Amino acid sequence: MSETIHIKPFLRLSGLEPLVVRPETNFVNIGERTNVTGSKKFARLIRENKFEEALSVARQQVESGAQVIDVNMDDALLDGVVAMRDFINLVQSEPDIAKIPLMIDSSKFEIIEAGLKCVQGKCIVNSISMKEGEKKFIEQAEICQAYGASVIVMAFDEKGQADTEDRKVEICHRAYKILTEQVGFDPQDIIFDPNIFAVATGLEEHNNYGNDFINATRRIKELMPLTGVSGGVSNLSFSFRGNETVREAMHSVFLFYAIKAGMNMGIVNAGALVVYDEIEPKLRDLCEDVILNRNNDNNEATEALIAFAETVKAKGKVEVKDELWRGTSVEERLKHSLVNGITDFIDVDTEEARLKYPRPLEVIEGPLMAGMSVVGDLFGAGKMFLPQVVKSARVMKKAVAYLQPYLEAEKEGAARQTAGKILDTAEKENADIIGLSGLITPSLDEMVNVAHEMKRRGMKQPLLIGGATTSRMHTAVKIAPQYGNGVVHVLDASRSVTVAGSLLNDQKTSFLEKIGVEYTKLKYDFDNKKVVKAYLPFEDAQANHVKIGWEAYEATTPAFTGTKVFKDYDLAELREYIDWKPFFISWELHGNFPAILTDEKVGVEATKLYNDANALVDQIVNEKWLTAQGVVGYWPASKVAGDTIEVRDGVKSHRLESLRQQIQKAPGQPNLSLSDFIKPAELLKDGETDYIGAFSVTIQGIEPHIRKFEAALDDYNKIMLQALADRFAEAFAECLHSRTRKEFWGYVKDETLSNEELIKEQYVGIRPAPGYPACPDHTEKYKLFELLGGEEATGIHLTESLAMYPASSVCGWYFSHPQSQYFGVGKIQPDQFEDYLQRKGWDRNDMERWLRPVME
Amino acid sequence: MNTISQELEKRILVIDGAMGTMIQRYKLSEEDYRGERFKDWPSDVKGNNDLLNLTQPGIITEIHKQYLDAGADIIETNTFSSTVIAMADYDMQSLAYELNVAAAKCAKEAVRQSGKQAWVAGAIGPLNKTLSLSPDVNNPGFRAVTFDEVVDAYYEQVKGLVDGGVDLLLIETIFDTLNAKGAIFAIKKYFRETGKQSLPVMISGTITDASGRTLSGQTLEAFYTSIAHARPLSVGLNCALGAKEMRPHIAELSQIAGCYISAYPNAGLPNAMGEYDENPEETGHFLEDWAKEGYVNIVGGCCGTTPDHIKHIADNVRKIAPRKLPVVDKELA
Repeated sequence: MSETIHIKPFLRLSGLEPLVVRPETNFVNIGERTNVTGSKKFARLIRENKFEEALSVARQQVESGAQVIDVNMDDALLDGVVAMRDFINLVQSEPDIAKIPLMIDSSKFEIIEAGLKCVQGKCIVNSISMKEGEKKFIEQAEICQAYGASVIVMAFDEKGQADTEDRKVEICHRAYKILTEQVGFDPQDIIFDPNIFAVATGLEEHNNYGNDFINATRRIKELMPLTGVSGGVSNLSFSFRGNETVREAMHSVFLFYAIKAGMNMGIVNAGALVVYDEIEPKLRDLCEDVILNRNNDNNEATEALIAFAETVKAKGKVEVKDELWRGTSVEERLKHSLVNGITDFIDVDTEEARLKYPRPLEVIEGPLMAGMSVVGDLFGAGKMFLPQVVKSARVMKKAVAYLQPYLEAEKEGAARQTAGKILDTAEKENADIIGLSGLITPSLDEMVNVAHEMKRRGMKQPLLIGGATTSRMHTAVKIAPQYGNGVVHVLDASRSVTVAGSLLNDQKTSFLEKIGVEYTKLKYDFDNKKVVKAYLPFEDAQANHVKIGWEAYEATTPAFTGTKVFKDYDLAELREYIDWKPFFISWELHGNFPAILTDEKVGVEATKLYNDANALVDQIVNEKWLTAQGVVGYWPASKVAGDTIEVRDGVKSHRLESLRQQIQKAPGQPNLSLSDFIKPAELLKDGETDYIGAFSVTIQGIEPHIRKFEAALDDYNKIMLQALADRFAEAFAECLHSRTRKEFWGYVKDETLSNEELIKEQYVGIRPAPGYPACPDHTEKYKLFELLGGEEATGIHLTESLAMYPASSVCGWYFSHPQSQYFGVGKIQPDQFEDYLQRKGWDRNDMERWLRPVME
Repeated sequence: MNTISQELEKRILVIDGAMGTMIQRYKLSEEDYRGERFKDWPSDVKGNNDLLNLTQPGIITEIHKQYLDAGADIIETNTFSSTVIAMADYDMQSLAYELNVAAAKCAKEAVRQSGKQAWVAGAIGPLNKTLSLSPDVNNPGFRAVTFDEVVDAYYEQVKGLVDGGVDLLLIETIFDTLNAKGAIFAIKKYFRETGKQSLPVMISGTITDASGRTLSGQTLEAFYTSIAHARPLSVGLNCALGAKEMRPHIAELSQIAGCYISAYPNAGLPNAMGEYDENPEETGHFLEDWAKEGYVNIVGGCCGTTPDHIKHIADNVRKIAPRKLPVVDKELA
């Protein structure tokens, strides 16, 4: 089915991208500014080791349309080999420059070879010649061939540089025969430079140099049609140094005729080529006379051009480069620099941002992170590739380094290190975060080792995992369980900044807690999947429900049914229920309470914090800063057909829908559903009922105090207050659950559990919340809040996404059966979804959206 | 006996599958890797799969033999890391030459045992140091290794492979083209200096991500342009991608390359655990599709593929005509 493919004998070059020189390509611009012999500025930058700026010269040429750049380091004051190597290595890490092919230019072959050793793409060597005889010429051509480079052959032989038309053609043809017949070069890889010499020098023997070149070019292309012709155009106008207007006009006129004759590439100042038609007609005519040697007896044309040149004001030319972005906002400029990997302005822009934002960290978290997110998106979409991202990362690092003195030190472990080395360095440098990046599969195992080793060393820093082969699943399943102080997977390098930001500010604890919950769930899902990948048909899962001896069970009747509202619960009582361990974790102090207060290392600090916290609690309690509002309720309930719990609230009846585990469990293990913990209607004797409970608690009134602390720039107390409000909400939930068991519902009247035992959930019965693993459908919250009496009774506003406001709020169902337990539903299958959808009577799309996290 | 070029004109040849995946099946211990000779070696050597050429040649030969029996026409020597540079991980730099000779012999022995016509390709891997990328993000001009060091390392490997009797040289899993150019340079240098008859060279690059570029940033066409001076027998792609993701790149390469086209993808993309789970039938069908499209001349498998995969590939492409070699024009018109 394949037709024969024809491959054309075009000159093919490459940087990161290919450049194919086709007949219709017309003319390839080779940038001349990265040449120490031609550009004083570039020479100075290289001599002064200002490589970053020297790179900008190269970038400016690419932006101005150079399709190849010529690099030349022939300067007596330079070690040409070293300068060539160092500069080209740097160019290789600048994708916006390295995308185009390079021309390695030197009169010393060792410098050329040094350059060739650093370039992955196909280069052009400029140049080789028969100046030192055929043997040397062949030797050098073979070396170029071994590196896969095309060559420029100068019209130069043992007798010297060819100046006449005939000698140019003759030498080129001789070189051609040697290269194609003896060395085995493809003709299209040979480019001739028939020497452009200065005209209008005043010497009459120079006057025909333009014609000699143009005519030689025409004959070379006729004789050897696959080869190319190039030349250094600026030589032509040497006698008009300092008068750029005239020089540029001469170059354009010359190229106009040379290109017609077959010259297909040239070393030019890519930013400074005027369009032939745009040249002032008088100047253009004078240039034509000089270049084509017309009306030039006794140097008449030359004199005329010199006379005209005097009248031309050499206007300072502005470099043609798109600098519009410099006029945009500082955020836009930072983004532009990050996306384009430009370091030139990063210090200036970062400083501007630092002055604009209240804290240096916010510069990182704000505009810099936003820029890196764009990088991440582009990379994800395949619009950027690795070297560009590495460059963006470098710009980011420069910005961060600039902010460093203004920030607390932020350091990261280095790539490709052994576990020991990374961790030694991290400990020595007191790093805030440790990052591991894995590009190849074996590094996955090594990451597990590092996490394990961190645990062994008792390290505290969070561990970031990233790189092409890593995954969230692998991190959750294999790495996170090895280390308890935070393991976070980041999608790719550009996202790590966002995550690092979250780990360095006051959201750290909640961020890590969130990730922890997520990973535990992932691991749970994975473990269940791994044992038996199979799922049960929904009917079979229902049949494998929890077996409870209901016949012998009779539910305890609550002291009251319906709800009981606590508008303003006694904070003094609640403080006794506070679980202090999460409080200390939120301050990065890890350990059990109260042991932590006497801990060798952190005891002093922990005690101080504890005292401060208690002082603030005293103030909160005494001055009634906060209001604890809560509701509990108990209602007759029974499990009705399927996985539905019917709740009877007076005359109204509610149907609570629950989801059931559907993974195939080990023999003897049930497929759990919360509905299993309520006695089925068909087993109830006349007049008997089971019960279900519900609760919500919230802590109100935090805002004015937060604002007060903010106004006083008192972050310490602001964070302290937020942490304590969360603790009060949890304490309130614990308190009401305890009173439920002992008093309101009273199903364990004689319970005597210590606070420690409560924290370890050693009580009878459970209080699962909608949206958590046992009942992952958030939308059941509507029913819970309706039963409790809505916003009025609960004091909680449910947002559209079913989050609770105020943030320090907790809610849940009460199940009292001694066999009720916490569990995760895991993934469900379409058959259960269909059943559930029907039971809920919701719109299919809405239901799918809410249940997506548990759908396979 | 036909030369490989003659055979490639007639049919699609099959190259073998993963070596590492097969070695894992033997569940070798540190002692097994060490064998008698390295029982007192000061550093751990488990995981140095290339060492098995010396310490467990029977196993390596057996794996080669399984691939030959499954239908492979070309088998790769177990020398992905047999260079002075890569062996530094195990302090075994001095063994590089010997490993290559031994590996070539294992492969030749397997061919002898199989009694069929097959070619041994000396596998030349990418090295664990790169010439185009700096390992130090703060110092982009830095390089962990020089071009000359890379050439010397590959030169020694080529010498070992040729002395061991390989029929072809295969530069593979190229993620930095400059490293590959070092290998090409070394091969040219070796045959120029020894005056021996040059062996055909196969070249296989690796496209690593969604941008369709090599790790060192080149587009596929730029990559091909950069290595075309090797005048390779074939050029192609292997590793990093499964057949499904590799397809458009092979399609593109088959349009621009003047030589034969090879393709040996992974058995799909690795799952979250780093394992490959595309089954042999699927891989076989993917490559059959490429063969029918006329994209390929040499097909096989990389990471995660097994003799079973190779058997399916071989069975599926057996009756399909190979891609016709393009005509390289001598004139512009």
